[in-house]
Amino acid sequence: MRIIEYEKIVDTVKEMCLEANYDLPADAVDGFKQARDKESSLLGKSILEQCLKNAQIARDERVPICQDTGLAVFFINIGQNARVDGGLLKDAIDEGVRQGYKDGYLRKSSLDDPLFSRENTGDNTPAIIHLDIVAGDKLEITLAPKGGGAENMSRLAMLPPSAGEQGVIDFVVDTIVRAGGNPCPPTVVGVGIGGTFEKVAYLAKKALLWPLNAPNQDERYQQLEQRILHRINNSGIGPQGLGGNVTSFAIHIEHHPCHLASLPVAVNVNCHAHRHAHRVL
Amino acid sequence: MAEPKKITTPLTEETARSLKMGDQVLITGSIYTGRDAAHKRLCEALEKEGKLPVDLKGQIIYYVGPSPAKPGKAIGSAGPTTSYRMDVYSPAMIHKGGLRGMIGKGERSEEVIKAMKEKGAVYFAAIGGAAALISKAIKKSTPILYEELGPEAVCKYEVEDFPAIVATDTEGNDLYKEGPKKFKKI
Repeated sequence: MRIIEYEKIVDTVKEMCLEANYDLPADAVDGFKQARDKESSLLGKSILEQCLKNAQIARDERVPICQDTGLAVFFINIGQNARVDGGLLKDAIDEGVRQGYKDGYLRKSSLDDPLFSRENTGDNTPAIIHLDIVAGDKLEITLAPKGGGAENMSRLAMLPPSAGEQGVIDFVVDTIVRAGGNPCPPTVVGVGIGGTFEKVAYLAKKALLWPLNAPNQDERYQQLEQRILHRINNSGIGPQGLGGNVTSFAIHIEHHPCHLASLPVAVNVNCHAHRHAHRVL
Repeated sequence: MAEPKKITTPLTEETARSLKMGDQVLITGSIYTGRDAAHKRLCEALEKEGKLPVDLKGQIIYYVGPSPAKPGKAIGSAGPTTSYRMDVYSPAMIHKGGLRGMIGKGERSEEVIKAMKEKGAVYFAAIGGAAALISKAIKKSTPILYEELGPEAVCKYEVEDFPAIVATDTEGNDLYKEGPKKFKKI
């Protein structure tokens, strides 16, 4: 059994909070550059240029790319031969978030109660944690801070199986067209297909972890990604929803076996600040 | 593209009515901040007392909840938040509060646009997610109301050449509708 120290996790998570919010990953920067060259709207081009400048300022001055530094969403893979020593894994992650959001001057957006008190917890905890137990003795941590604007535009449908491929395409495209400028396009679109009601939402979020330039390995799903992206980018919505031909940088699909009566589809929208940090302990 | 128009606050109705959909502007002067929780309180006060606790006649309100300022800095990152969440409050703010302009991102409701046309108010779009860049135009931030709301408090910003785009003008022309129409292929 390999031991991973609680404090090591706290320090790592803290560092990841800063990195994710200050440093736009290289694949997202490349996405902006390609989009700027492809965009035919002059206003759209100028918006994309300003977004690139923004990413550079954030990196150089160690300030957040976007003021909405999100809820801290974690995907954790823990090897079944690893054990956390000195406290609970969940507590270590929350402590790292607490320290990272405070010391990094990141905005605290977490409320204690969704409906009644709606008071800010003051330290951006609790983190949202998705845990998977895997082979090996490592702890793999991925952080994807998620802002409210794009998250609010996400949707889920339990389609009848007869809706088929066309039903899936129409639902995803309709979600993005309805969202217009609200989720800060160019967006990244995460699509979950299959599983159950709760599983499909998880799949859609997980799909957002793929690098922008990583098409699906299954040729059928790769073609589906291309067909949906083509429709989205011909919708006219464009950068910030003000018109243009780059509405989304990419779409990624995660699929899973499902019930014979179901065709669950979920769309999780990410804004152009496609923020991630990743570590293996 | 045409050079941006320089405008200063407070905005007169005449200036507001001279701005057209798609114009790029640089705003200088004082602007006020407010988002969901602050709008709720402002409108409750407006309903109860017949006036706003802060005079917004001719002023611009910016939908923003900035990240905390680092020591020695005027402000943290400060890009716009999504405007539709303020749609239920904006008609009263325009009609009874005398609000002349709003800065945010994303489309507004028919009711908001109707109030804008009637009273000569403008809706500006700032670039969502360009928060570090936008913060360069904010020189000073002073809390005015509801400090307990943290990032949602009402503040007065002193801005110089704050970059924005006229998304919806006083005639109701809306770039969120017209822009996509121009580029739609399917």
